[in-house]
Amino acid sequence: MISPLVLVVATVVLGAGTFAFRVAGPALRSRVTLSDRAEHLMATAAVVLLAALVATSALLEDGGFAGVARPAGVAMGGLLAWRKAPFVVVVLAAAATAAGLRLLGVP
Amino acid sequence: MWRTLTIRLGPGLLRDIALVCAADGLVGASFGAITVGSGLPLWLPMLMSVVVFAGAAQFMFVGLIASGGNPIAAVLAGLLVNARHLPFGFAIGDVFGRGLARRAVGAHLMIDETVAFALAQRDVDRRRTAFWVCGIGLFACWNVGVVAGAFGGTVISDTDAFGLDAAFPAVLLALVLPSLKDRSTRLAVVVGVVVALATSPLLPAGVPVLLALAGVLVTLGGTPDEPRDGARDRSAAPRSHSEDAT
Repeated sequence: MISPLVLVVATVVLGAGTFAFRVAGPALRSRVTLSDRAEHLMATAAVVLLAALVATSALLEDGGFAGVARPAGVAMGGLLAWRKAPFVVVVLAAAATAAGLRLLGVP
Repeated sequence: MWRTLTIRLGPGLLRDIALVCAADGLVGASFGAITVGSGLPLWLPMLMSVVVFAGAAQFMFVGLIASGGNPIAAVLAGLLVNARHLPFGFAIGDVFGRGLARRAVGAHLMIDETVAFALAQRDVDRRRTAFWVCGIGLFACWNVGVVAGAFGGTVISDTDAFGLDAAFPAVLLALVLPSLKDRSTRLAVVVGVVVALATSPLLPAGVPVLLALAGVLVTLGGTPDEPRDGARDRSAAPRSHSEDAT
């Protein structure tokens, strides 16, 4: 087993590195004046990152396919969101779909 | 205080944020339970959740350590997963407000959900309030959940049974969907998602999501959706507020 000291150091290093990523963005941003078009591109970049997170976390697990229940749940949520359903309905329906399918034995 | 928030954000948005916070608390509980259940010390999930505060990286770190992995490799893997916070901060860095303390605390509260909630708001005031309410709420719920899970054990170790693994992508999807009305954003997203999915089997976690940014480059070359002249440009991109960029 890894010693507690190593675990503390590893956690603190991970936390410090993560914090460095988090402060670097706003710090860099405050040094440059962005045109309206560049601002729009930045917002697009954030949307692209979030969408890539949605796709990878919905479909994949450890580099392989995540099964049927999870993508089906996310798809149900996406469909409802697209049909302008309330946010709460979207989230609960996504969870219920995945949970329901698993209850039926679908992986 | 609650009334002020209700007036500023509306009861609908507050309820949405509360729902995500509650779900996050459950995942936090599972993180605490899984970490302690895999033989790691009781304090580790609590320390991590305060110091790192990034669910995916925490699960990855603990998973690697618990399966006998090298701590340095676990730290590097976690850092790769968290590298996306840099472009996130660049995109929404104006929501924290002024002053060193606000910037530092705001940066620490920046996670996928807070970024998504902030981006989904149109005007600057609302974005700022949504970011802080969501950030503080999530930090509180996540850490309370982790403590409960660490002490409570395996009561909620399997959040997949509740479909929570589908709920979180759905949260981000619902918040991102309105942005996809814009054609150039949609194109960037399609290209980015394809790149991320195609590279996922080959690269360590975190890198494919960063590579998705290639999608933004595609929109650079093409003709932009909105005309570049002043007035119409501003109406087409309501999120850009030049007076705030100083």
